[in-house]
Amino acid sequence: MTRKELDPPNFQQMTAGASNVAVYPHEEFRHAAAVALASGGITRAVTLKVNGPARQLDVDTRATLLDTLREQLMLFGTKKGCDHGQCGACTVHVNGRRINSCLTLAVMHDGDEITTIEGLAAGDELHPMQAAFVERDAFQCGYCTPGQIMSATALLKEPCGPSEEDIRECMSGNICRCGAYPHIVEAVKSQRAPAK
Amino acid sequence: MIPFEYAKAKSETEALERGADPRAAFVAGGTTLIDLMKLRVMLPAALVDINQLPLNEIQLLPDGGVRIGALVRNSDLAHHDAVAKRFPLLSQALLSGASPQLRNMATVGGNLMQRTRCYYFRDTTYACNKRQPGSGCAAIDGFNRIHAVLGGSDHCIATHPSDMAVALVALDAVVHIKGPGGERKVAAGEFHLLPGKTPHLETVVEPGELITSVTIPSSPFAGHSAYVKLRDRASYEFALASAGAALELKDNRIYSARLVLGGVATKPWRSSEAERVLTGATAGEKTFHAAAEAAMQSATPRRYNSFKIELAKRAIVRALDNATQAQPGRQV
Repeated sequence: MTRKELDPPNFQQMTAGASNVAVYPHEEFRHAAAVALASGGITRAVTLKVNGPARQLDVDTRATLLDTLREQLMLFGTKKGCDHGQCGACTVHVNGRRINSCLTLAVMHDGDEITTIEGLAAGDELHPMQAAFVERDAFQCGYCTPGQIMSATALLKEPCGPSEEDIRECMSGNICRCGAYPHIVEAVKSQRAPAK
Repeated sequence: MIPFEYAKAKSETEALERGADPRAAFVAGGTTLIDLMKLRVMLPAALVDINQLPLNEIQLLPDGGVRIGALVRNSDLAHHDAVAKRFPLLSQALLSGASPQLRNMATVGGNLMQRTRCYYFRDTTYACNKRQPGSGCAAIDGFNRIHAVLGGSDHCIATHPSDMAVALVALDAVVHIKGPGGERKVAAGEFHLLPGKTPHLETVVEPGELITSVTIPSSPFAGHSAYVKLRDRASYEFALASAGAALELKDNRIYSARLVLGGVATKPWRSSEAERVLTGATAGEKTFHAAAEAAMQSATPRRYNSFKIELAKRAIVRALDNATQAQPGRQV
């Protein structure tokens, strides 16, 4: 549920109870249900296992997984680039598979395990793919980067040929306006198991 | 999006019951539906989530064919070892489509049901006979670069965008549909409708019906097959012109052939003209060029897409060449 759905904008911010996803511990937006009702939306309860813990939420049926992650769960790492499945900035893992979170609804994922970019690192220790992107300077503005890294980590477990061309093809669902592609390919290459 | 009710069907029976609601739409991968709901092109007031139905198996049939559940994800189908070996055309077509993320979400049934990428269809501020019968077609006198040169009418020239559907038509696939009236099957080549005077009717699926599976028979031409897709970018883009070719070859002679076009027509375009040229002929450049000419003979160029006629011919020749070179996979 986003401000876009409202006419006129009319939401209330309510402070939440303690959140065990300690990204912004001081506040969690729980206005979504109130907002949905104000705009005629129909809400449903859904449980999402995001980066580990199960979170019970009330969501507007129209809320995409992307908007729910960002605006209800305050996990801003996943980005909205196009909102229409054409750029890959919203890539997350659902039950271990990479998908575009902008083209699926939160209500469709009751009980599913969802991993966002925030869920890759172990505390302060970067995931090896994150470290590879840093070491190889594989981003400029950084906006596409969470989606790139989520795709890259998923790619390691998918059938993908051995060459650089294959990496490019398997990463082709993530667009980078800054053109960081060459170093993105290097980063992915560095994490692949040597060809058998 | 407009507000909608949501229910997760736990059985085919429940799906069909809920699907009988005229406001309802089935949702599987959601990659077409959610996209178009955001654009307010599709406005179901009730969504029936069918993802839990047991329709996600790939069954190898003893006669060499395959039965594919409607909920099988595009990526799983493309990477299935036996499918890739028995039907390389299908695997190639699937892998040329969309992106890895989208292929992980999209289902076989949904891919068949996907809608055109016509800019005017997708923008509700423009006249569109698909969205609103009788309102006109903004593409015919508009920017129609991506539109059809085959199968169009005065009412609609919107291209059908699916790669998988082209392969299924070429492979003589059969689509199995279940509805309140029972089960029926439709040849893939008859699944999609020409726009004619009724562009709002795109497939043979009636409201409330569910695609349950697709079967592909074994055939003598499936082994030597290939898909060639030409487009503005190297990947992650719809076809400007594509060709799916399948040849039954013996000592360089073509005994039977299938040639289906994508990106240039209002539905996956099986070219019987090209197949007539190919059947009985010797595989080679001369035959392939003749087939390409025959295929595009009746094409109608529009103001901005006349290049598609030549582009399609080249896709055809390349696909036929690739199909000839293909090594048929060993029987799995």
